[in-house]
Amino acid sequence: MKGTNLGEFEELVLLTIAALVNDAYSVAICDELARHTGRSVKLGVVHAVLNRLEEKGFIRSKLGEATQVRGGKRKRYYSVTSSGKAALIQAKEVRDQLWSLIPGLSVKFSG
Amino acid sequence: MKKTPQPPRWARALLAWYCRPSLLEDLEGDLNEYFARHCQEYGVRRARWIYVADVIKFMRPYTIRKPSFVNYLIHTLMIGSYIKTSGRTLVRNKLFSGINIAGLAISMSVGLLLIGVLVDIRSYDQFHEHRDAIYRVTAEYEYLGRNNGEVMATTSLKAARAIEETFTGHQGVAILRRDFGGDVRTGEVTIPLSGFWANEGMFTVFSFELIEGNPATALKEPFSVVLTEESARKLWGSTTGVGKTIVLNNDRAYTVTGIMKDIPDLSHMHFQMLASLSTRGVLMSDNKNELAWDNMWNTWAYVRIPDATALEQFQKNLDALSAREDKTVPHTHISLSLQPLGEIMAGDNLSNQIGPVLGNIFVWIFSTLCGVVLLSAGFNYTNLSIARSLRRSREVGIRKVIGARRSHVIGQFMVEGIMLSLLSLVLSIGLFVFLRPHFLEMENSMRETLRLELSPVLIGWFVVFAIALGALAGFFPALFYARIQAIQVLKDMSAVHVFKRVTMRKALIVFQYAISLMLITGTLIIYRQYKHFLAFDLGFNTENILNIQLQGNKADVVLKELQEMSEVQGVSKSALITSVGNYWGTSMKDPEQPLDSANVYLNFIDEHYFPLHDHVLLAGRNFSYLPDSAKEREVIVNESVLKRFNLGAENPSAVLGKIMKVDGIPMEIIGVMKDFQYGKADSHADRTVVFRYKPSEAEYLNVKILSEDLPATYARMEALWKKIDPVHPFQATFYDEDIEESFRGLSASIKLAGFIAFLAIGIASMGLLGMVVFTTETRLREISIRKVLGASESTLMLLMSRGFVMLLGIAIMVAIPATYLFFDQVVLPQMANHTALTLAEGMWSACSVLLLAGVMIGAQTFHVARTNPAAVLKSE
Repeated sequence: MKGTNLGEFEELVLLTIAALVNDAYSVAICDELARHTGRSVKLGVVHAVLNRLEEKGFIRSKLGEATQVRGGKRKRYYSVTSSGKAALIQAKEVRDQLWSLIPGLSVKFSG
Repeated sequence: MKKTPQPPRWARALLAWYCRPSLLEDLEGDLNEYFARHCQEYGVRRARWIYVADVIKFMRPYTIRKPSFVNYLIHTLMIGSYIKTSGRTLVRNKLFSGINIAGLAISMSVGLLLIGVLVDIRSYDQFHEHRDAIYRVTAEYEYLGRNNGEVMATTSLKAARAIEETFTGHQGVAILRRDFGGDVRTGEVTIPLSGFWANEGMFTVFSFELIEGNPATALKEPFSVVLTEESARKLWGSTTGVGKTIVLNNDRAYTVTGIMKDIPDLSHMHFQMLASLSTRGVLMSDNKNELAWDNMWNTWAYVRIPDATALEQFQKNLDALSAREDKTVPHTHISLSLQPLGEIMAGDNLSNQIGPVLGNIFVWIFSTLCGVVLLSAGFNYTNLSIARSLRRSREVGIRKVIGARRSHVIGQFMVEGIMLSLLSLVLSIGLFVFLRPHFLEMENSMRETLRLELSPVLIGWFVVFAIALGALAGFFPALFYARIQAIQVLKDMSAVHVFKRVTMRKALIVFQYAISLMLITGTLIIYRQYKHFLAFDLGFNTENILNIQLQGNKADVVLKELQEMSEVQGVSKSALITSVGNYWGTSMKDPEQPLDSANVYLNFIDEHYFPLHDHVLLAGRNFSYLPDSAKEREVIVNESVLKRFNLGAENPSAVLGKIMKVDGIPMEIIGVMKDFQYGKADSHADRTVVFRYKPSEAEYLNVKILSEDLPATYARMEALWKKIDPVHPFQATFYDEDIEESFRGLSASIKLAGFIAFLAIGIASMGLLGMVVFTTETRLREISIRKVLGASESTLMLLMSRGFVMLLGIAIMVAIPATYLFFDQVVLPQMANHTALTLAEGMWSACSVLLLAGVMIGAQTFHVARTNPAAVLKSE
């Protein structure tokens, strides 16, 4: 399968979806990301990433309820699939391994 | 409750149009949510902006809808059905289809003419291999800083030679000089041939093919000549001739060094032979003027510049050349520039063209006219199609219920439009063939430059044009029908708002009639001017005067023969025919005011010219006979000359005997004539004119004829001519014919405007007829009920036609004053000696249009008013 590895922003989006649990729809993801990273997150970018993640099979989506503020349009809720979870864990492991190779830094952090 | 702010409708529609259906709902929701948020934060205006920007930013590969294969498949499958139903509709509504086809065909025929013209223009000079690299050197003349804005297609031989010899960056310079030609004799055969002097660059720049001879050297040696195949065939009956000798004008002998393939029709230059330019170097070796910098009226120069980037440098070199050479002629500045070969036929209108051209003004005017006509016809079609919606919307409704999508309905109506337009094309090609000769006859230059042959390429363009027109005309009805809601139509027909656009359609009818009226009135006004100019009092008599071109024959020989004819009342000699657009100028100077010199117009005449033409002498006397050998010492001037030199025009006899320098020769004023129209009747009359006595310069014989049977007299003269000059055909025209010929341009524009007016009124009538038929048919029930209740037929007719007559009234009120204003303020001030506008033209055009429309409206309303109400009401 082509391109199953996670990009940096993809990983962030995936993590946000996991963190938001049952409330992960596009606007909420944007807001959450903006809150945590402190940078402004464009809806278009998030949409594109969501589309790509779904294509890769890391997330799945279902349509939810409609609200007044959305002009009667339904939300699309995302949830992380098991392969998405696996990809997240793998990405974390890779990082952890790399972190452990840097003694100075890890000391500084732990201290 | 206050309405919540909404994002722009069109942006939403755009999103819905391009976005994939699976993504659309979520995306729309997101954008709405953001919009609501932005409204709070930044206000509605800014939020709407952001919304629009977001919609555009969301256009990404993954959001854009892929064209559905199924949809496409359905379209291809349905095409057969579209064609079948369209055919049925066309047949069912014979009247509407007839109106549409005829209307489109008439206006399309004009479009076809335009396409033909454009295709011809584009095919000009295409046979030259280096056509894209060939440029013509043009020149602009300025004297004492005065420049009349006239750009010449010619340049000086000096400049051409300098470019050829000293410039870099070109791959050859072709130099052509006019005035090579005359009677060519070989053995027993003598025929007149004409052509140019040309240098050897002729065959490197242009792709004229030699079938005999070497192109590199054919025009090198003095006294060599290259003949076209046709000329060679005329001389020897065959196309071989290299090495043979021809004698020109019984004077010099030339050796034939090449035989050239005939020039294709669509070439901007035509000639029968070329002589080497180096010959002029021999013949004119002691003529200082030959290589003068300001002798820029006779030579054309073409350069081949392969590298388009070198053009700028070339232009700089031309400017440098001008700067250097301007010093050789006092007070004169001549600027040179380059004109691409492709722009010669339809580019700026330059003077001194090498052959007839069309010019961009013609192309622009013609294209605009065509555009107006086609738009008008297209509107008509749209109009009529939508007007028919009462009958057709149910059909569309059922289609939609069965499952047709918007695009299918659109496809259906587009196919109908295209079918109709293709049917019209058949008709209009017939019209095209019929119109073509009349169109080409309208103007000399058009007859000489255009062919409009029905080639496969042209037919191909016609079909493309017809399809495009059909698609365009069918597009708006298609959109209209595609919007129809199936349920509404099927439940209640009146729910369709057909009449919503009735004002627009009424406006359209007013517009079409206004245009027609303007064209008709304009044509009539110009026609009146034309008649006025033909009958204009030129200040002398032109009646029954036949002007015979001498064509190089001795005037006295012809004159002697003519005088023996009993019908000939008198014969005079002149160098040119005045008042038909011929001009000849010379300089005049008062020796007592040496700084003041003026250009005066000129004619060389003999002693019989004055009495024959009834020119009025205010003072002094006519010329008296002098032998050719006598020195020229006398001149007759007109009043304007006296005014120009402040010689006291009030008392012309006082200037008699005064010596003036004409062309450097001191001459005595022996007579003062009344001002007459030296130029054409539509030019200003205050020209300074001098008549000089020099019968040896005569090019024409002016023969006054008194005859009961003019054709017989003409034939006898022709027979006489044959005896004197067997080589040249007899060329003689009556003075009044010459004048008529000089206004050919005006008569051509009358024909053109008249034709366009005819088209416009045809299209407008069809639009009106369609509208009348539509309204009367939809009101059939109302009319029937009125009739049952006792309304008379005439009241009913009045009721139905009142609205239309009002529309026509508005059109007349708008169009006629506008036309008068336009002619009074814009056109007529540019024509000298024009006659004043009268109300008659406007009245005539209004009456004729009203009559035509009245007949149409009357016939239809009469037909409806006469229908049996029982038949209508029973079937309801």
